[in-house]
Amino acid sequence: MLAYAGKRYLWVALGLIAVAALAYGWYRPVEAPNGGTWLGYTLGSVAALLILWLTAYGIRKRSYRSNLGTLRGWLSAHVYLGTALVAIATLHSGFQFGWNVHTLAYALMCLVVVSGCVGVVLYLRYPAAMSANRGDMNRDQLLGEIADIDQKAVRLAAQLPREFADLIASNRDRTVIGGGAFALLAGGDRSRLVLPDSQTPVTNPEQSAILAWLGDQLSRSTDGTRSQYIQDLLALVSLRKALLVRLRRDLKLQAWLEIWLYVHVPLSFALLAALVTHVLVVFLYW
Amino acid sequence: MQRFKIAVIGAGPGGLSAAAHAAELGISHVLLEQSSAHANTIQRYQKGKHVMAEPNVLPLRSAFEFDAGTRESVLERWARGIERHQVNVRYGAEVVSLTGARPAFHIGLKDGGSVEAETVIFAIGVQGNPRRLGVAGDDLPCVQYTLDDPDEYRGESIVVVGAGDAAIENALALTRQNQVTIVNRAEEFVRVKDGNLSAVLKAIEERKLECFYRSQATRVAAARDGERPYVFTLNTDKGEAEIPCNRIIARIGAVPPRRFVESCGIEFPSADTSALPALTSQYESNVAGLYIIGALGGYPLIKQAMNQGYEAVEYILGRRIEPADHPLLVKKFAALPYGLSVDRTLEFMQQRIALFADVNGLNFRELLLGSNVLTPDAGAVVFRRNDYTNTFFTILEGSVELEVGEEDKRRLTLESGQFFGEMSLLSGRRRSGTALAGPNCVLIESPRREIMKLISSVPGVRRVIDEYFVIRAIQTGFAPETPSAELRPVAERALLKRYKADAVLFAEGDAADCLHLIRSGSVAVSRNIGGRDVVTSYVAAGNYVGEMGLMGGTRRTATVRATVVTETVSLDAATFSALLARSPKITEQVQATVRRRLAQNTRMTIQPRAGDLISFLMGQGLGEATDVLLIDETLCVGCDNCEKACAETHGGTSRLDRDAGPTFAGVHVPTSCRHCEDPHCMKDCPPDAIRRSPNGEVYIRDNCIGCGNCERNCPYDVIQMESAAAPKPGLWPWLLFGSGPGPGQAPSGAARADSPKRAVKCDMCKDLDGGPACVRACPTGAAIRIGPEQFVELASQR
Repeated sequence: MLAYAGKRYLWVALGLIAVAALAYGWYRPVEAPNGGTWLGYTLGSVAALLILWLTAYGIRKRSYRSNLGTLRGWLSAHVYLGTALVAIATLHSGFQFGWNVHTLAYALMCLVVVSGCVGVVLYLRYPAAMSANRGDMNRDQLLGEIADIDQKAVRLAAQLPREFADLIASNRDRTVIGGGAFALLAGGDRSRLVLPDSQTPVTNPEQSAILAWLGDQLSRSTDGTRSQYIQDLLALVSLRKALLVRLRRDLKLQAWLEIWLYVHVPLSFALLAALVTHVLVVFLYW
Repeated sequence: MQRFKIAVIGAGPGGLSAAAHAAELGISHVLLEQSSAHANTIQRYQKGKHVMAEPNVLPLRSAFEFDAGTRESVLERWARGIERHQVNVRYGAEVVSLTGARPAFHIGLKDGGSVEAETVIFAIGVQGNPRRLGVAGDDLPCVQYTLDDPDEYRGESIVVVGAGDAAIENALALTRQNQVTIVNRAEEFVRVKDGNLSAVLKAIEERKLECFYRSQATRVAAARDGERPYVFTLNTDKGEAEIPCNRIIARIGAVPPRRFVESCGIEFPSADTSALPALTSQYESNVAGLYIIGALGGYPLIKQAMNQGYEAVEYILGRRIEPADHPLLVKKFAALPYGLSVDRTLEFMQQRIALFADVNGLNFRELLLGSNVLTPDAGAVVFRRNDYTNTFFTILEGSVELEVGEEDKRRLTLESGQFFGEMSLLSGRRRSGTALAGPNCVLIESPRREIMKLISSVPGVRRVIDEYFVIRAIQTGFAPETPSAELRPVAERALLKRYKADAVLFAEGDAADCLHLIRSGSVAVSRNIGGRDVVTSYVAAGNYVGEMGLMGGTRRTATVRATVVTETVSLDAATFSALLARSPKITEQVQATVRRRLAQNTRMTIQPRAGDLISFLMGQGLGEATDVLLIDETLCVGCDNCEKACAETHGGTSRLDRDAGPTFAGVHVPTSCRHCEDPHCMKDCPPDAIRRSPNGEVYIRDNCIGCGNCERNCPYDVIQMESAAAPKPGLWPWLLFGSGPGPGQAPSGAARADSPKRAVKCDMCKDLDGGPACVRACPTGAAIRIGPEQFVELASQR
């Protein structure tokens, strides 16, 4: 994304900023620098066109037949030129800020760029983190593995007193994977468990409650065969825990990879609306 | 006993059409059908399946109507036709013997009856009869050989016998509502698709399915008591086992009709299973008065069989009508300068081209029907080096210049009567040279399938093509200046060898005694480092291996394994040295190859993980790929834009499944077509709809009839049967007015009812200018398409 075509668009962006900065430094308007000078209008037009073009990324992304470069190239340009936009727009403003619609547009633009930068960081870091976390499995395979362990545990528990089977079933049924946006982003574990001799579920984050209960049972067991079964069960539940941790982390990372767009895109539309207002207002009060 | 003028065996499209024509002419005839209804194969299609009427250009000539339509409408029209023409059809009449010749055939039936006829039309197709259990009680009503609808049964105990894909698919589908047992004669499931293998093993492990390995059926009997009506007894290695059951489904393959056909006196030109019986241009076999039409004679399409049924009756009556395809050939030959009739032109071509001299008239006609007659201008390019086309050319008139060699180009001149293009035909690889037309050149361009049919049916064609392949391979590789004639003795000493996947061509430390030119398939080279095999390179068809041992020392320095079924031409050490002695330039080139490979070996041996990645890719069957989609998981953000782009550019169905498929070291192999060198999907396509374009894309043309053979033949599960999706509003209506579903979203509503299911697969976006949409739509560059030659590069970069 950043390294595309030898960082071509980084150089384009830097060039754009350099030209704008030189012009800003060279030009001495009658009043203080502001958006109303000819340089101000020029920079404003450039910035407005950039914003339109940056928004058009959403259209290019959905134009699957388009021949206009690759999406990767577009994204690279989108990132670099989007960042350059801050510099251009700031020079356009002449550092004049106030409580008005113009500064609102500026603030929205900054938010869009910042959220985009967050997206860049996420895109650069999280896929590798997810790949390392999942190992050579995909999400379905992780789920399948957990389902396999559940079946093995049920068979194993059948060799032990009834309460073990109930416990394993309860652990399986009350394991929570996923949930709403906040749950996914937090990546916490809201699983619960009904322990034997109890009616009320207790919390069971990362299988802690069941592991503790099984450990307790093992320490009290005096029967060799029984101990062996409990130990096997403990091993299975530990493996289950490890898989659940990986699965939750995978979902969490995936959620972060997606959530920033829910900020970036609506803010972009807000920016467009503010930009239109800004331009209209400027021309109305000319 | 009643004696008929014509007996027709098999009431499929060809047999029906023959009998109906006899009926409308008022000729005494009988139509013998072993099942209880007409068109048994079509009867067994699922409800509502669309039956297609390819080839469209071929006119229909039959007493029966036939148009593309649903299974029901086709069957219904034929049933009415049988009634209207008063066709004398006997159902349940299984023919077990056929003796005699014109004018006295004796046909023995299974029920003990018999039929006498003057002439016989054989229209039994190639499906054969399902192999029977062959044990006591296999005629009980609980034993069946097909499964139409698995959801028809509920709460039953069902035994599935067999270990192939059909048995596994049936057994798995039945487990949803029944208690199912699968009986496998072997100790594991071999020769099944990977997906089926893992699914069946999983079901067995989860105890959804009970499996008996190394077990054979011994008998089926009605139960004396118990809740299940029958008992199935089998012999296991732990003794006899009894399974109470409601139903037994035997999926143990079909008995090919060949043995029965041969027992009637019909001869096949070779033992090859795909060989076709030799027929005259009037469909008559070597047995006088015995005619063969339809799929058994090599014509798998409904319309062809119907036309032949009509024509066979005409020929029996001694009328010399032109076959229905006559106008097609007239058109094809219009460009020829000879002004001969179609039959004379065909004869002339066979005289001119020695390769086709032994081919019988009917097969040659069929070859020409599928071929193109080209009259290129002098100097025009017929194909270019590195094109992926696999058609075969014969020179009827004029000459052709072949330009071979990479750096220093050399030209060979081919004269009329010779052929070219056999390298790509046999290896599935890119063209190894450029072909340029000479003055007044007339060429016959034949599709791969037609030539492969000839190669398996006519031993002479196979021999000549094989011989030329070896000569040209040696010529291009090592002896460009030597004329073909001089290389013939060398070619005679060369051996054609065939290796199964994973077979070892030679092992590290072996004495180096020969060089292998890889003719088809590919190999992986590995070395033993610290007690484990490390793959150091991959070598594709068209290249050679084993030169290092011959050049440098006497021992092999690496192990070479076939990654897929591979054929090589091997040259012994003495022959190879003699060839090199002829040309110092070639010796230099081979030495350069040795140096390059040594350098690569060194590079790869210090990166054992890279070798593991190549082994993993080869394990996914990518050794036979030409272009594969890989996803770099360390870049993939999971946006699925690749799938969306695929669906949006291909009628709403994505031909790739990003998430499915295995991963190793961050490299993910999604379920997507890898455009095999020798595509499995092409093997059995009745309308020959699967083709390879010059750029290598294996694609399905619009004349697909939706039979599903390619879907079943693909070992990688990348072909689906799909209808065209409902149309969607475009980007702007969605963006401005919110009318959905928008771009990239799944189409709403059912697929178009009038659109029949056809096979769909990746065509590498060959009709889009920018190339594959999946790759162009990837925002992060995670999706890449590469050929196996680049695997080593990919692996060493990681």
